[in-house]
Amino acid sequence: MSFKIVVLAKQVPDTRNVGKDAMKADGTVNRGALPAIFNPEDLQALEQALMVKDQVEDAEIIILTMGPPRAVEIIREALYRGATSGYLITDRKFAGSDTLATSYTLALAVKKIQPHLVIAGRQAIDGDTAQVGPQIAQKLGIPQVTYTEQILDVNLDELKIRRRLERGVEVVKCKTPLLITVHSSAAECRPRNAKLLMKYKHARSVSELQEESKDYTEMMTNKPYLRLEEWSVADLGADEEALGLSGSPTKVKKIENVVLAKKESVNLTTEDKDIDYLMKELIDSHVIG
Amino acid sequence: MTASTYKPPDYYLMDELLSDEHKMIRSSVRDWVNREVKPIIEEASQLNEPPTHLMETMGENGIFGPFIPEKYGGAGLDYISYGLIMQELERGDSAIRSAASVQSSLVMFPIYIFGSDAQKAQFLPRLAKGELTGCFGLTEPNHGSDPGNMITRIREKGDHFILDGAKLWITNSSIADIAMVWAKDEKGVVRGLIVEKGMEGFSAPETHDKWSLRASVTGELVFDGVKIPRKNLLPKAKGLRSPLMCLNSARYGIAWGVIGAASECYDTALRYSLQRKQFDRFIGSFQLQQKKLAEMLTEITKAQLLVWRLGELKNQGKETAQMVSMAKRNNVKMALDIAREARQIIGAMGITSNYPVMRHMMNLESVITYEGTHDIHLLITGHDITGIQAFK
Ligand SMILES: Cc1cc2nc3c(=O)[nH]c(=O)nc-3n(C[C@H](O)[C@H](O)[C@H](O)COP(=O)(O)OP(=O)(O)OC[C@H]3O[C@@H](n4cnc5c(N)ncnc54)[C@H](O)[C@@H]3O)c2cc1C
Repeated sequence: MSFKIVVLAKQVPDTRNVGKDAMKADGTVNRGALPAIFNPEDLQALEQALMVKDQVEDAEIIILTMGPPRAVEIIREALYRGATSGYLITDRKFAGSDTLATSYTLALAVKKIQPHLVIAGRQAIDGDTAQVGPQIAQKLGIPQVTYTEQILDVNLDELKIRRRLERGVEVVKCKTPLLITVHSSAAECRPRNAKLLMKYKHARSVSELQEESKDYTEMMTNKPYLRLEEWSVADLGADEEALGLSGSPTKVKKIENVVLAKKESVNLTTEDKDIDYLMKELIDSHVIG
Repeated sequence: MTASTYKPPDYYLMDELLSDEHKMIRSSVRDWVNREVKPIIEEASQLNEPPTHLMETMGENGIFGPFIPEKYGGAGLDYISYGLIMQELERGDSAIRSAASVQSSLVMFPIYIFGSDAQKAQFLPRLAKGELTGCFGLTEPNHGSDPGNMITRIREKGDHFILDGAKLWITNSSIADIAMVWAKDEKGVVRGLIVEKGMEGFSAPETHDKWSLRASVTGELVFDGVKIPRKNLLPKAKGLRSPLMCLNSARYGIAWGVIGAASECYDTALRYSLQRKQFDRFIGSFQLQQKKLAEMLTEITKAQLLVWRLGELKNQGKETAQMVSMAKRNNVKMALDIAREARQIIGAMGITSNYPVMRHMMNLESVITYEGTHDIHLLITGHDITGIQAFK
């Protein structure tokens, strides 16, 4: 039996390179102005999956990504690096999903695949919530190991995992099926592979095939792995009420681009009055206490 | 991944001539070099401990036989892609590019062009994956520029051949699983044969004490009455032209490859010149240093144009061996000159392994000699334009 791994990956705006036009006047993110990238910790999640595939004979890596049609780029990117296949979860009805609605949707998709292992990045850089992974595990009723730094050992029934915690590391063992989230201290993803680039450069999602002027029918028949499936609300058998805006209790009021101005910094010395001042600030701002 | 600040020069917007596919291939190999080569290469060279484990990872990453069809495990790429791959590898180190040149152009290429179907099926996929390492034996102790006078011989004996002779300066000799060996038959015709590790009478001692390509294995191939089964003879390779065709493919890759080494030297020197101050000024502000940098960039840009056009011609099957000679000769000398100048810009620091420059410089001393020396390539051009050969 092959060892099935699902990697959850999201296409995100590159919030690490924010320019002047990153925000719209209404306070929402101007996605058009930011390049869309593979969420960094999801790429590291992929690397963990690839390392398992290096070790375990007959492992399969399936990418699940939810987003607009162009998010299929994530699947191609993962195929170039060694993933086996992928599904794009896309439907207008998913728009506006918060972490609850997203984890509901992804949990349904994971259930369809029935993997031994689900790997997600710890968090996406456009939301920084770190909630989706754990929520999915909860919904699927499987154990979760967060802050994974490295999968140390793997077999069909059990994984040994090193977690990176604030004050050190912890090594845990966990039965499959399980979900892990990968921390930024984990290994960087390996580069694209030239051979796989050639193999998958024509991989297309169903929506893309409809838009292309070139006729891909013959190619898709000869090389079925080039056809990237899309899953809609109907394909997942999802309850529409639990999706998108209606399924999302989170309401984003405003997103601000916070720039720390110099006037907000203070120079402190080791004198008692300065230390008192600092203690008071830290307690007032709930950093400590 | 090691953070890399390397920014290759592209003064004439050559990138606009490349397809998205070319750029993706290039970035995949550049990332691979940053990850696998950069962190270990200075030490490997200093200690003269070739990173032979890279053969397999290169194979896994589709670096071998890019122009070999997918059916045989290659990537089915065009020649510009092959060139770009070589350029990125040589930015890492000429030793790594040499290993890839030998595997792709000097071992996979002859098996693909001159081999039987059985030979192709048996060897090509495993060579492409890096499961097998190959080497190429043409040069002999007494026949370098003049391989046509080689003395290594095969003679028929029943259902097999007997091979006697020796080859010298062979890249990857001692680590190779198979050697693509060129020898004369009883009629004096050069033939190609696949000699396998472990065959009786075959040994491959390593040559030490090199100051150049210290991250590459170089050695001998010694054949003392080695029994070679008939099935190991390449059926379609006859005459000196056959090995020369292989060299042509490798030289094409070198003409691209050395641009990688030159670009890294230039990039390193440029950065250094804008950080290092003497007499209270950045050394890059002195005219003498600017002259060096400006000339480096000019030469790199010319070299880029040369190989790009050559690649286009090769894709169309219109390139000649003489055109390849010109590019190999020009570009290797260009790279070597740049490495030497860059070394000086970095001053004393330039002789250490804190910078990649001296390593490239020493490597390029081999590159200017192997695959046809600088002089020999000039004679090839001279012959081509006058119709008079001046070799002998
Ligand atoms: C690191 C390294 C790796 C190598 N790897 C391989 C390999 O994998 N396989 C392989 O088969 N070979 C390999 N070689 C051998 C290489 O191809 C030869 O060194 C090269 O062909 C030159 O031969 P030579 O060293 O015998 O020099 P020679 O031919 O002896 O030349 C010495 C000098 O005389 C000059 N000269 C020679 N003939 C003429 C002429 N007619 N007119 C004017 N000048 C002339 C040359 O230009 C040179 O400057 C390698 C060499 C090195 C250094």
